[in-house]
Amino acid sequence: MSSPAERDTAGHAPAALPPDSEALVSIRDLSKYYVRGDQIIPVLVDIDLDVNAGDFVALMGPSGSGKSTLLNLIAGIDKPSSGHIHVAGVDIARLSDADLALWRAANVGFIFQFYNLMPVLTAFGNVELPLQLTSLSRSERRERVDTALALVGLTDRATHLPNELSGGQQQRVAIARALITDPTLIVADEPTGDLDRTTAGEILGMLERLNDELGKTIIMVTHDPKAAEKAHRLIHLEKGVLVD
Amino acid sequence: MFVPLLVFRNAFRHKLRTTLTIVGIIVAITAFGMLRTIVDAWYAGANASSSARLVTRSSVSLVFSLPLNYAQKIRQVPGITSVGWANWFGGVYITERNFFAQFAISPSYLEMYPEFVLSDAERKAFAADRVGAIAGRKLADKFGWKVGDQIPIRGTIYPGTWTFTLRGIYEGAEEGTDTSTFFFHFDYLNESIKRQFPRRGDQAGVFIEQLRDPDEAAAVSQAIDTTFRNSLAETLTETEKAFQLGFVAMSEAILLAIQAVSYVVIVIIMAVMANTMAMTARERYGEYATFKALGFSNGFVAMLIFAESLGIAILGGVLGIAFTFPMAEAFASTVGSILSGFQVSEETVAMQFAAAVVIGVVAAAVPAWNAARVRIVDGLRAIG
Repeated sequence: MSSPAERDTAGHAPAALPPDSEALVSIRDLSKYYVRGDQIIPVLVDIDLDVNAGDFVALMGPSGSGKSTLLNLIAGIDKPSSGHIHVAGVDIARLSDADLALWRAANVGFIFQFYNLMPVLTAFGNVELPLQLTSLSRSERRERVDTALALVGLTDRATHLPNELSGGQQQRVAIARALITDPTLIVADEPTGDLDRTTAGEILGMLERLNDELGKTIIMVTHDPKAAEKAHRLIHLEKGVLVD
Repeated sequence: MFVPLLVFRNAFRHKLRTTLTIVGIIVAITAFGMLRTIVDAWYAGANASSSARLVTRSSVSLVFSLPLNYAQKIRQVPGITSVGWANWFGGVYITERNFFAQFAISPSYLEMYPEFVLSDAERKAFAADRVGAIAGRKLADKFGWKVGDQIPIRGTIYPGTWTFTLRGIYEGAEEGTDTSTFFFHFDYLNESIKRQFPRRGDQAGVFIEQLRDPDEAAAVSQAIDTTFRNSLAETLTETEKAFQLGFVAMSEAILLAIQAVSYVVIVIIMAVMANTMAMTARERYGEYATFKALGFSNGFVAMLIFAESLGIAILGGVLGIAFTFPMAEAFASTVGSILSGFQVSEETVAMQFAAAVVIGVVAAAVPAWNAARVRIVDGLRAIG
């Protein structure tokens, strides 16, 4: 993996603030823009943000404010136009695509709005998926998956395909999948956006427990103020800029 | 087991689509195999011919025969160890549909063709019976002939019904040896013809010469033809292979067309399969993006598509190869003995398998490239 460097991806001057070595996620001078023809469309502008280990952060803001883009950058599934993103000391903006894939596999658990489960794999197979990239034996994988499914209360649904599960159950499988590698960070993009209020409450309760009881650092994008209430910290974005 | 299981389940996610694609590949691979086999059958005679034999015929046309006394002169040409002759009979067994080749042959003819395997007892029985005949195993099996059967053949070139007694059934020494020909004594034909049409007697359709050394083929051929230059019946001598290829050349345009069609069939199914794989990959961009988000590489995603495409193509290919054999058998029995060497060769099977692999690889190439390059965030947007 590349070592952190004190220059940004566009070769700009170093950020005014140094990365916070105490923070799990330390973002400095982060910008993201898209080029469409002659136009440059800014999505995120000069973001500085620190997230400590064990935090439960809710990213809020109107549509198009850049909250999902910020989440994608933190999760390493998108690359910034400039700036630094240090996660557990690694500047992920500097990593190659291959290194970034390895980094994600080891450090990030994903929870998506539409669950993103593999329709041809059972609940067990979906939870096991990230472990296929590890050197764990079959029995070790089984043990871990059984534990994760028990944690989300789906032991009896292990052999079910996603289309045989309710939305809430599918999201619980996705949470088990996000947990299975014991990642540094869990990112959740509108995890309750496709669920009814009761089920959404159950999922949020589960995320809360992961944070409180297992000490997982969670960064969640949400439109829902009730979901945001579960977080310890709210971060608002408007037009690509952090607002207090 | 994870990847094969994933590939298998993905392949059969749309059962109808996959089944239809496999059926298409089966049809294409079977058609490819059949067309290749037809072309092979055309060349079978030439491929099975010996380089140690020459064939001498009239230089004007094969239709014209040569005086039988040429045999004496040919025998004196240096480099020749044996001379035989044969006449095309062209008769009809029961109906015109039962076509097979019949030759009236000289006594020395069979000795020059060791690939026709006949037991000593059958050989002796044939030699001893003036109206005796021998038939290849394939031909005998087709008509259910047994040694001792009376076989009536109606002549078209030589009038009348000629009844032969089957004295032997020869086997082929090699897989490609033609066993669908019928032989009887030249003397029987010649004597009968001389009685009815004296001027048509003592004529041979072709002479066959056994060479001492196959490397002398050109020199000996030239020597034979020189012997009969400026005579009333000039000769054209060539190797047996060249003689056989002369027949093939008459149908060369058709053969080229058949070969072209066989490849066109593969190209068509390749396009159909590529469309299927493109559609499949496009539908799954969200899943591929999820795989990548979870840490799987671009190569893994491409491999999934290649594996699925190859799996479908190879399954269709193997079934297509399996179907080719009964199809070829049915075709061979329908066309009778017109294409005597009609059998699916190992080379054809290898080509069919290779075609299936090429179909799988080519069909997956563009979808795999696109899926590997799709950005995770763009792929995730496809879900919802």
